Amino acid sequence: MALRTLQVSPGFMRFMPKEYQDLVEKGPFGRKLKLSDLGTYKELLEEHPMCEGCAMAFFIRLALTALPAPEHTVILGTAGCGRLSLSQAAIPFVYGNYCDTNGVATGIKRGLALRFPDQPKDVVVMAGDGGLADIGFSQVLHGWFRQEKFTTVMLDNEVYGNTGGQESGMTKRGEVVKMAPVGKKFDKIDMIGLAKTAGVAYIARLTPTNPSRIVSTIRKAVLIAREVGPTYVQAYTSCNIEYAIPPQQVMEDARRVEKERYGFLEVMSEEAKAFLGGGEV
Amino acid sequence: MANTVNQRVVTPEHLLFEAPRTKAFITGSEAASEAVRRANVDIAIAYPITPQSETMERIGNLFAEGYIRDYYRAEDEVGAFSAISGASRTGVRCMTASSGPGLMRGLETIASWPGHRLPLVFLIMCRVINAPLSIQPDNLELDYMLTSGNILLHGENQQDFFDYTLAGFAISEKCEVTLPVAVAVDGFFVTHARAWVEMPSAELKLPPRDCYSEAVPMIDNENPPVRIARDAPIQKSNFISYQMHAAWQQEIHAAHERSRKWVSRYINGLVEVVNPEAETLIVASGSAVSQSREALRQAEEMGKKVGLIKVKSLRPFPTAELRAACRHAKRIIVPEFNCPGWLNREVRATLYGHSEAKIADGPRVYGGITMPTELILEWLFKSE
Repeated sequence: MALRTLQVSPGFMRFMPKEYQDLVEKGPFGRKLKLSDLGTYKELLEEHPMCEGCAMAFFIRLALTALPAPEHTVILGTAGCGRLSLSQAAIPFVYGNYCDTNGVATGIKRGLALRFPDQPKDVVVMAGDGGLADIGFSQVLHGWFRQEKFTTVMLDNEVYGNTGGQESGMTKRGEVVKMAPVGKKFDKIDMIGLAKTAGVAYIARLTPTNPSRIVSTIRKAVLIAREVGPTYVQAYTSCNIEYAIPPQQVMEDARRVEKERYGFLEVMSEEAKAFLGGGEV
Repeated sequence: MANTVNQRVVTPEHLLFEAPRTKAFITGSEAASEAVRRANVDIAIAYPITPQSETMERIGNLFAEGYIRDYYRAEDEVGAFSAISGASRTGVRCMTASSGPGLMRGLETIASWPGHRLPLVFLIMCRVINAPLSIQPDNLELDYMLTSGNILLHGENQQDFFDYTLAGFAISEKCEVTLPVAVAVDGFFVTHARAWVEMPSAELKLPPRDCYSEAVPMIDNENPPVRIARDAPIQKSNFISYQMHAAWQQEIHAAHERSRKWVSRYINGLVEVVNPEAETLIVASGSAVSQSREALRQAEEMGKKVGLIKVKSLRPFPTAELRAACRHAKRIIVPEFNCPGWLNREVRATLYGHSEAKIADGPRVYGGITMPTELILEWLFKSE
């Protein structure tokens, strides 16, 4: 099974980097860990090249902590800042083409379901607002309508951060950013509303202000996707570079945005509610 | 799934060459789906476009009958091609199909399959690329496939479509290959016309995909080494990233070279040569071969000896075979169903410095126009 794939022949273990030894001996695989266990085990994400004070990096760290079975999880990403850290986490990561995360996730989920009918394999797309609401929009929506059983997490920094700060469909109306020289002309795309229309089993909107909420939201989303249907988490993860937020004020900004327009929201189908009511999470 | 269970697994060699065959008078679409019936396919993903649709509809019926384990109609070509790339990563056998504009729509994905080292089979039923709008046969899209890194076979007729499709799965999944195989035929001429096709029993099927014997690990969290994309250097602009990307591209080329023996084995050589001693030669692929065979017969009636080289595999390209077959040629023509003449370009590049022959720049028809044998004969003996 999956944990075995991390093991090294005993004679070679002492030649492995300390980080790898820690991952094998003190990693999260096959263990039931809580948020309060942070600091007592080797996390999936050790290093990343993301910017100082980045809310997205913080959110990803906590989201990885929340995975109910990291040893049986595949993560997909696309162009954007998130993949810079996701690709260095100790978990299989697929970086395909532009726009294709949710199509590839469909194939991976279905392929794994055929090969391992008795072993749940969790598939999680973690990509940006541009990757999911703009270029990947069609595959996101169609995956939802088809009721594909995987989780989609939008890292919504309201801009194309990695390419240098261009307008995305999730940028606020009126913002002056690159490619919106006189301000964005239309509202943020209502992905939450679209998810409801498409019958997504579990929908959540949140900011990184509350670590335990991040962990419980992601865990619910992954478990409901495993058992019930598609799930969607939309997380405000500000770009402190493009929106000129000083690193020490990133959380202050998140709290303000949460209060003004990004309050915690959770929408569940009856089936998802019944599943959670069964005390599975 | 009863039908799947009832089929007997045999080797590709047995299925392709040894098992007794019976004849059926069927269309190319039927021939392709009959190949898939015997191919032990796990997932097929469809999206309609003329003239491909009928094949993937029929493959949908195979799913309903239990010959395929999963099947759906995707949102568009990019969705279909992306999803089979995901499925292939998990170790299941998968396939899809498209035509002209659909292929062009999904080209970024198609060109990424080799880089991801994804075994799969992609059927191409060639059609004009818009605009202006047309659904007619014309194989211009294969020009774009030539540099895509996919192995590319070009079938002449319904029989080839059946055989090459089955062969495609066997070639694609060989460890030293581990690449997608595209099997093309010219739309309508092959897909919608009937011909006699010899097929082994539908009680037989290929062995399942042996995904742990391939060149790269699966994305399934089960096989060491864990395929963790710790690829930060590749995402940066530095000498390590340049070297890594260059080496990876070279490896795809090397895999093409290694595939030669398997392609040759499973489709009986990269070329077929008729009348090798003739000084006047036709080099052709796809439906142009059938027309050339008839032109050759008519030329013989006129007392003229003409040779024919059927190029079966466009990638890998039969470089050595073509040079050897053209050594004594004085005149070569390259009939094609496309405007730019991609095969002509390949032939010229291959024979440069290896043949004294004059290579005519045609004949070519396109946009759906048929190729009368008179046109081929006219070009053959133009200089006379």
